[in-house]
This record gives sequence, structure tokens and C-alpha cells, in this order.
Amino acid sequence: MSFFVARNIVKNYANHRALDDVSIELPERAVYGLLGPNGAGKTTLIRIITQITGPDSGTLFFKGKPLVPADMTRIGYLPEERGLYKKMKVGDQALYLARLKGLSRHDAITQLKAWFEKFEIQGWWDKKVEELSKGMAQKVQFITTVLHKPELLIFDEPFSGFDPINVELLKNEILELRRQGATIIFSTHNMGSVEEICSHIALINKSRKIVEGPINTIRETYANDSYRISIKTGPELDIPALTGSEFELISDQTEGSRRDIILQKAADVPANTLLNRFLDKADILSYEKVIPSMNDIFIKLVKSNV
Amino acid sequence: MNKTLIVISREFSTRVRKKTFLVTTILVPLLFIGLYAFMIWMMAKKDTQDRRIAVVNASAIEQPIKKINNTDFVYTTDSVSQERASDYLTANNYYAILWIPADVMTNAEVVMHSFSQIPPSLEGDIRSQLRNRIEGIKKAAVIEESGLPDLEEKLDATRTPVRIRTLKVMETGESKESSSAIAAIVGVVAGMAIYIFILIYASQVMQGVIQEKTNRIIEVLVSSIKPFPFLMGKIIGVASVGLLQFVIWIIFGGVAIIALQSVLMPGVDLEALRNSADLAQMAQSSGMDMAQLETMKRIALTIDPGYIIGFTTAFIFYFLGGYLLYASLFAAIGAAVDNETDSQQFMTPLSIVLIVALYIGIAAMRNPETPIVFWASFIPFTSPVVMLVRMAFGVPTWEILTSAAILVATFVFFTWVSSKIYRVGILMYGKKPSWKEMYKWLKY
Repeated sequence: MSFFVARNIVKNYANHRALDDVSIELPERAVYGLLGPNGAGKTTLIRIITQITGPDSGTLFFKGKPLVPADMTRIGYLPEERGLYKKMKVGDQALYLARLKGLSRHDAITQLKAWFEKFEIQGWWDKKVEELSKGMAQKVQFITTVLHKPELLIFDEPFSGFDPINVELLKNEILELRRQGATIIFSTHNMGSVEEICSHIALINKSRKIVEGPINTIRETYANDSYRISIKTGPELDIPALTGSEFELISDQTEGSRRDIILQKAADVPANTLLNRFLDKADILSYEKVIPSMNDIFIKLVKSNV
Repeated sequence: MNKTLIVISREFSTRVRKKTFLVTTILVPLLFIGLYAFMIWMMAKKDTQDRRIAVVNASAIEQPIKKINNTDFVYTTDSVSQERASDYLTANNYYAILWIPADVMTNAEVVMHSFSQIPPSLEGDIRSQLRNRIEGIKKAAVIEESGLPDLEEKLDATRTPVRIRTLKVMETGESKESSSAIAAIVGVVAGMAIYIFILIYASQVMQGVIQEKTNRIIEVLVSSIKPFPFLMGKIIGVASVGLLQFVIWIIFGGVAIIALQSVLMPGVDLEALRNSADLAQMAQSSGMDMAQLETMKRIALTIDPGYIIGFTTAFIFYFLGGYLLYASLFAAIGAAVDNETDSQQFMTPLSIVLIVALYIGIAAMRNPETPIVFWASFIPFTSPVVMLVRMAFGVPTWEILTSAAILVATFVFFTWVSSKIYRVGILMYGKKPSWKEMYKWLKY
């Protein structure tokens, strides 16, 4: 049974269809990357999952049961465009948001104290939000998102506006929450962080889902049987003789004392064949199958989807 | 704890804890009292400026005008002409020259020259002094001529003041003494208060909504609580601030009235006054004069405890009804726009309706029974103000109930409409929507 399922979601706005028959499935404890260019429908999908808006058609299941308004307290959501009441004190505000998520006043205060201590911001409790910097306010927002220990966490571009040190802090907190059992949806353009922390991804483009699955499987799928052999520069090599008819030369670049040759398999031969041919001709530094980065896959898929 | 209650308590406590709440609650009544006192003081204030006015008296009346406050009148025998008035004023440092013509008895037209604008009160005083003087001389001549030395006393005796006791006949058959003038004042003050309350608190709801939208906190909030209960919590929270303020003012006002009564009229029991038939005897025992007591009795009869309770209940009902109607509409406007400047376009029609309601209310003070007043007291956008003014004069129960029912039905409907617009609007940023687009949002 999947942890969270959205099935055949359709959502129309006045002049366009924001989501067209989109289905996604989240395994439990996944860090699920929701990818796609601007305007693809990611935020609309997230708003449907958080029940901010309803779908025109389609069904949603949380742990096998249809999603109901009471599930709002089991979800924590950090929107891309986020803010706080400027004139309200940090502590009061965090308390208010926590209580709206169903925590009792007492529990909320205990939890908040613990988080404030963890982030070393105890002194902020009585400060007004307008006195905080943007990064500081975002820390408070992060705390209010995770405070009620939601089973499902949704972060929309969580790292925008943070400095690298806080990005690292946040990344570790997110992974820690996953270890503690939370399932996470993570919407972003930043492919670097996707490779780093996501276990699964879905790519949405032009209101439709193009691809979904475990990140390694997807990268494997888009690998096109290319191999990179890196050797020390030295004696001239007869490359065509070495590749033979089984391999096709894709690129050959020399940088300093290192020469990278990328070859694509053209016939069904073991990958070792190539290695054997180079073995006595050159000083091999490395030999690997080329796995495309998420960035490459993203660009490739979005472009071919035009 | 219910989430709506959490929202109500935040809206209530953040507003009540603000300094502005304390300041307006205390300052607004003080400001009104101060303004009133200032106006009375201004009117009662004597003219203290020192002036010298030259009088060129060509008439036979001897010194027709005497010193007025600090203004002296100097009767001059210098030969001056009106053409040279300005030189004469400068040379002698007079404030003005007053020319009394020789034929002032038959053609009472005097001329004044001055470098300054003569204050109306001084002009009025001069006019009345001169008139009294001329009338006195003429009167004496008439008495002389008629041969009746006591003519003046006889004429005075013909003066007959007329008093009207208005008795309002109830549906139950009994009649009640009341003063329509006092009812009118009570009605219009209450109507204005409702108008101001609705405008102030409904705008506060709108500002709150705009703030949450521009702060971008709204998306976090609506992922915790559905938009409709959230908006309701906000509207009720602000209303409870208004009610608290209102209750404080009632207590203030009640204490002030009791205090004033015991200072100004010690020993007069209002209840006894209401029931007493013999004012003369009461006047004697309390040491007040008849006329004062009579006025008091009429006020006391118009504003009896039953009236106060009924009227206050109606006031609170119409305040809440009108407020809920306008607040939900204002909230929808707040949700539809990105900033307060853009809200003007949508607010203007609503504000105009409210102002029209106020004017009809004022018209109702003069005559509560015209058709426009009658219908406006049923139309929910104007009824909170207009019906309240009408109620001061007494309105059949069925009319009040109908008007109240229409108001409730309308605000339920518009709250539903507004919540639809609100739900969509709070998440829409960018361009200002048109009326047509807002209509489309109803169907999302």
C-alpha cells in the first residue's frame, strides 16, 4: 500500500487546464521530488494535496483512506511564497500556527522551546517578526511547519533565500525528519539538491506527468549505454582501431594530463570488451558507465515534450 | 479547541492589546465631550478685544449706543466726511467709524467704515442696541398718544405660550407620553453610531485580509484551517472587539448620566418624576423651577427603562447584522486585490450605499413616515441605519421582525458569495481582477 496516492487529478482554471489527469504515488518514507518548469502545475498539485483547493475530478488517498479535512493536521506545508504576521511576536505567532494544526497550548510550548533551542534562537521568542531578517524568519517558518510532527511534509522551494550554511542545516533537518519516519514531498528547480536528497521523483510538464519513479531507476533508464574511459595522456592512440565497429566515438577531450574518451555501445557486446582493448595501450585512470544527471534528464524531457 | 475559536481569540486579543484600542476607547468619548464643551464655550465666550469706535451722530437721539463688552463708542464732533473715513481712522487710531444719519428714526440705516472685518456678534449687538433704543422712543410716543399708560403691560399679558404633549398610542391600547424631539436626537445619534461602527470594523476586516494576503501568511493558514471558518473567525473576532468597546461606552455613559443627575438635580427621583402628576409640589420639594422639571419629565418619559433595553437590543442586533453583511463584502474585496489602493475601486459603491443610508436616516429624523424611509428600513444595505432612526419613534413589531429577517437572510447569502470570492482571491496575485472575473470565481 502506498503512503499517499493522487489518482487522475484534473484541475481547470478560467482559461487553462492546470492539471490534466495527473496521478502520483508516494511510498512511505520517500523523499519525493516534484520537478517541473515554472507554470507546470506543481503548486496547484501541492495545493490540492494540502486541501487548499479541491480538484475538479480525481481522488486522493492518505494511507489508503480517502483524504479528509481532518488530515490537514497530519500534513506540514512550507509554501514557496511564505510569510508571517509582521507585528506579532515570534513566540505568539509560532504558538498560533501550532494550535491551528491541532496541538494543545501546553504541547505546542514544549515543542517550540525544544526547536528554538535546537536552532539556537531562544532569544527571538519576544521579538516581533519585522525585526527578523529574511533568513531568520524562514527558520521560524520551518519550525512551524514541522512542529506538529506531521506524517507528510511538503516543502515548496525550501532553500530559496537561505545562505549555504542554513541550506545545509535545513537539508540535514529534512533528512533527520525522514529518518524519524516522515514522508516528504520536495518541489524544486534545484537539480543538485534533488540528486542529493530525493529517493523518488515525478516530472510534471505542461499540466501532465511525464515521468515518475525511484530516482536511480530513472537515471538508469535514461543512460544510453555510453562509457567514459579516462587515461593519462601519452603515446598516440589509434582510436578507430580500438573502438572497432562495436563502439561509436562520442567525444574525445584532453585536459592537462588527463584524456576523457566517451564511447557509445553500438552492438551488443560486454562492457569489458573496451577495457580489454585499452588495457595494454594506455594508462587507465577510470572506466565508468555514463549516468545522466537529473539536470540533463530534466532538460531533455522538457524539451522533447514541446 | 475548535480552530475557529483559536482564530477568534487571536483576532480579539491582538486588537484589544494594541494601544490604539485603549486610546480610541477612552479618547473617542472624551473627544466628543470636549468638542461639545468647546462649542458651548466658544458660543458663551465674551468678546474681550479692546476697540474704540468713533460715532458721527447726526440724529437727535442722544448717545444711542453704549459700551459693548470692551468696545468703547466715542461720540465725535469733528467734521469728517465719509470720503475721508480712511484718513480719519488712521489719524485717530479708531477701530471703526459709525455713521448715524439724521433720519434714523424713519430710515434706520447706519454705515460703518473699518479696516477690519467687523465680527458678526459685535455687529449684532450694535444693531440690537440701536433697534431697542429706537423702538423704545417710538413705543413711548404711542403710549403717550393712546392715553393708556399701562398699554405695554396689557400687550405683554396677551402673550400665550403653547405646549404640546405628544402621547404615543401603543398597539396594546395604552398611551405613553413622549417627546418626538428627544426621540429624533436619540435615533439619529444611534444611526450615526451604527454607520461609523460598521465602516470602522468592516474596514478593519478588509485590512486584515489584505495584510494576510500581502504578508503571504495566508497560504500557511489555509493549509491548517479551511478558508470559510477562518474568515468567520476573523469577522467574529473583530465584531467582539467592537462589542467590547460598545459595552465599555455604555458603562461609561451610564455612570456619567447617573453622576450628572446627582450633581445637577439632587433629590429628584426619575421614577417618581415619571409618575408624578403634580410637578409644582415636586418643584417645591426639590428646589427646582417648573420649566426645568417639565423638560426632565419629558426626557424621563421618552427614555424609560423598557425603551432603553429595547433600543439597545435593536442597536446591537442591527450593528451585528449590518456589520456582518458589510464585513463579508469588504473581506471579499480585500481578498480580490493585492493592496489597499486597489481596493478603492470596489469599496466606493459600498461606501456610497452606506452614506445614502446615513442621509436617509437623517431624513427619517425629520419625518419617519415617508415612503423612501419606509422602504430603506427594509433594504438590508440601509436598514441597519434607517430602521434604528425609525425605531426611536416607535415602529410596529412586524416591521422590525421583517426587516431583521431580511437582513439575516441577506448576510447569510452574501457571506456565502464572499467566501467563494475570498477562497479564490487570497491565492491570486498579480493583476487586479475585474467584476466579471470575480463573478467567475463564484463557480470555481
